[in-house]
Amino acid sequence: MTGVEPGLWTTVADVVAAVFLLLGSFLTFTAGVGVLRLPDLLARMHAVTKPQVLGLVLLCCGVVLRVRSWTAVTLLAIVIVFQLLTSPVAAQMVGHRACGRGRPRARTCRCATWTPTPTDGGPLRADGALRRGGRPQREPRGRGAVRAPTRGSAGTP
Amino acid sequence: MIVVAVIATVLIGSAAVLALIRLERGPSVLDRTVAFDVLTTTIVGAVAVEAAWSRRTESIPILAVLSLVGFVGSVAIARFVAREPEQTPPDEQGGER
Repeated sequence: MTGVEPGLWTTVADVVAAVFLLLGSFLTFTAGVGVLRLPDLLARMHAVTKPQVLGLVLLCCGVVLRVRSWTAVTLLAIVIVFQLLTSPVAAQMVGHRACGRGRPRARTCRCATWTPTPTDGGPLRADGALRRGGRPQREPRGRGAVRAPTRGSAGTP
Repeated sequence: MIVVAVIATVLIGSAAVLALIRLERGPSVLDRTVAFDVLTTTIVGAVAVEAAWSRRTESIPILAVLSLVGFVGSVAIARFVAREPEQTPPDEQGGER
């Protein structure tokens, strides 16, 4: 199937393929650890993103270097391009729904800066995410305290 | 190469087990969606390792099909969660750690 006589370069390709396979499987293992250990949904999504893109690219490069046929190159290029196109779409939809459900982060993290806007998906505002009292930090108390001295200092000189 | 294949298989298999634990334990539907993404990725990686180990190209279309199915599954679950917002308050208050 390979059509190449064994020699130095096939050995080099096998070694590089082995390194790529090990790196890709290690990234997949990292995703497994992250999705189990990280505390909230957005962190888990962050951990999932790496094997979906970089790990898949490494594994596909390893397969291509190991198999060495144009059919494999074409199919794995299609897989990589398709994954690069669809992974952000799926992650954006899951993250958007998580934010629409009101509390994507754990209680220990107080840095949620997502503020719902009227253009931020109409049907999502009906689910009580804006009326629930679980996120007092959404009150824009920082904006007024920051913008008022800025406006005054801009007008003073 | 057999050592590399065994190490890669062990890493990918343990990642699949961890993703299954999160899939069983996950507080909300979206956590399970994320864990399902990891599980799909591990299956794709396992098929890739098998194809690289045995030097066969018959397994490679399975990679394309699996990436398609994983995308469709996660997007469908996200849409389904958006269509049923009434179940969110008991799900969040009851399940969050």
